[in-house]
Amino acid sequence: MTTVYVPRDSSALGLGAERVAGAIQMEAAKRNLPIDLVRNGSRGLYWLEPLVEVATPAGRIAYGPVQPGDVAGLFDAGFLEGKAHPLCLGATEEIPYLKNQERLTFARVGITDPVSLDDYLAHDGYRGLRNALGLDPAAIVEEVTASGLRGRGGAAFPTGIKWRTVLNTPAEQKYIVCNADEGDSGTFSDRMIMEGDPFVLIEGMTIAGLAVGATQGYIYLRVEYPHADAALNQAIAAALEAGYLGDDILGSGRRFHLEVRLGAGAYVCGEETALMESIEGKRGMVRFKPPLPAIEGLFGQPTVVNNVISLASVPIILDKGGKYYADYGMGRSRGTLPLQLAGNVKRPGLIEKAFGMTLRELLYDYGGGSASGRPIRAVQVGGPLGSFMPESQFDTPLDYEAFSAIWAVLGHGGVVVFDDTVDMAKMARYAMEFCAIESCGKCTPCRIGSTRGVEVIDRIIDDQDRAKNLALLRDLGDTMLAGSLCALGGMTPYPVLSALNHFPEDFGEKSVAQVA
Amino acid sequence: MTQTEWDRDAVTEVIEQKKSMPGALLPILHGIQDRIGFIPEDAVPQIAKALNLSRAEVHGVISFYHYFRTTPPGKRTIHLCRAESCQAMNSEALEAHIKTRLGIDYHETTADGAFSLEPVYCLGNCACSPSMMIGHEVHGRVTPQSFDAIVNELREFAA
Repeated sequence: MTTVYVPRDSSALGLGAERVAGAIQMEAAKRNLPIDLVRNGSRGLYWLEPLVEVATPAGRIAYGPVQPGDVAGLFDAGFLEGKAHPLCLGATEEIPYLKNQERLTFARVGITDPVSLDDYLAHDGYRGLRNALGLDPAAIVEEVTASGLRGRGGAAFPTGIKWRTVLNTPAEQKYIVCNADEGDSGTFSDRMIMEGDPFVLIEGMTIAGLAVGATQGYIYLRVEYPHADAALNQAIAAALEAGYLGDDILGSGRRFHLEVRLGAGAYVCGEETALMESIEGKRGMVRFKPPLPAIEGLFGQPTVVNNVISLASVPIILDKGGKYYADYGMGRSRGTLPLQLAGNVKRPGLIEKAFGMTLRELLYDYGGGSASGRPIRAVQVGGPLGSFMPESQFDTPLDYEAFSAIWAVLGHGGVVVFDDTVDMAKMARYAMEFCAIESCGKCTPCRIGSTRGVEVIDRIIDDQDRAKNLALLRDLGDTMLAGSLCALGGMTPYPVLSALNHFPEDFGEKSVAQVA
Repeated sequence: MTQTEWDRDAVTEVIEQKKSMPGALLPILHGIQDRIGFIPEDAVPQIAKALNLSRAEVHGVISFYHYFRTTPPGKRTIHLCRAESCQAMNSEALEAHIKTRLGIDYHETTADGAFSLEPVYCLGNCACSPSMMIGHEVHGRVTPQSFDAIVNELREFAA
């Protein structure tokens, strides 16, 4: 019996993986060749999806991108024995894009059957939890602090410090909330984890619960991710059934329950206090801080709110030790970052690497340049609230501090590539428009400023009082930066002003200079 | 079907099932929309009563979230991504094509009730931009031609 892998990742499905899986099953039945078809996650090499793998004595051999019409030919060529075919990519692990990565958080994604607990256990799953059960809470927090793990949601706050605050705040009930409202364009690593290895998130949240004394966890998931919802719920049910969740985790007498809650299409609910309001059943309005969620969070109780990638990085830290994780990276950015390469790029995908690689290496060594073949002109890193970076900044290392030093944002590691056909004034306008659509409405700079921002940029594009309106746009940017309640209004000036600063010609600034 | 005809038993059932959850309002609204496709305006008093909230509070939550709707959708809802990664791969041209082809703008439904069109800001499919989702199915690297093929297939399937 040969094992064949066809991803169930939603992006692979979006390129036809379901039909490919069906075609393989039919062809195998027709030829009387017994196969075991496993629906794995995606390796993240999206230009090769649907990527089909076959288990051979020499390891897993990859074929891609496979379309249903290729399947009969693959059987004819003997792909079940890993034989040659024009779509054959050789041993999966030897594909340079994958081989040159450092996969810690994504160690199992694309390899295992995401909803099989046995497969998870066979690939070192739940070793972190077993270690955590032998430690007292302060020691777990200490291990996470030693790892140098920082939040992957944008603010990059040290995870260990957040946990310590919750641990040291006495309360009857505490909560672990996973922020799975990954709404940033160009980011998909949370989705890949939840679809491709949901148990690692469940394990990370369980460890967090043990660390701070929380017995209930919520995964606040975007409604745009129905496949992640299905995978998480299947995995939670399996973990509960096998005693990895519930009232008596692995016979330890410790309790932890987990539930998925769906959002409803509001970007601002990715902000941690708006997210908690939403779980409480309210409009996702941002709360004033303090009090910090760690002291007074969900339902007024001490709450850990962490991003998916932060929580999914915890199991390996508890398995191999904080130092093991911290040994990757540079400066104060420790460990690895799953980078997501998207937009106009030849080889888009997921690249998990230690912090410190340059943006240029990512764009060209991994990405292979633009998909259109035209020069790359601008790159937006860190989601819709991140700066647009010009070619002169491509040598910046991927490191939180190096990015803040040039007024850019590494955030969640999403990288969106634009070729030279992009109109940066239009992108700046879009950023303001996005803020206007998504503002929760609580603070004036964000609610009103974004609408006025669209109008000001429209006047600039129309060449009405250009110099005056450009000055007004900068002034508005300052007001939003300094006066907004949360990052939505407070960071919208990043894409807007970076576009203006680095690409002034798109705002007609050159023509103003020429007139003068 | 007029907008006021809806399955009252389904709504009551969802409310009864979920009202004791902590923060039950969103799960209830999702449950209702999953069952009947939208949240009828005149179900609001019933929801409010069950959760001991004011009608204004319930209405405020429904109107805050882009995903919830108060009118029946078409047979299928097309969620088209408008975010940056898709823009970098010509989603604006695709958007124009789709609107012309269906003869509707965002938040509208085709005259035959087959399709509704909604904008969405990221489907997490950015490595295969431009993207759209129909029902729970994501489609990547969508072109005007592949869009037409998908829509034609769905229309035939529905007929």
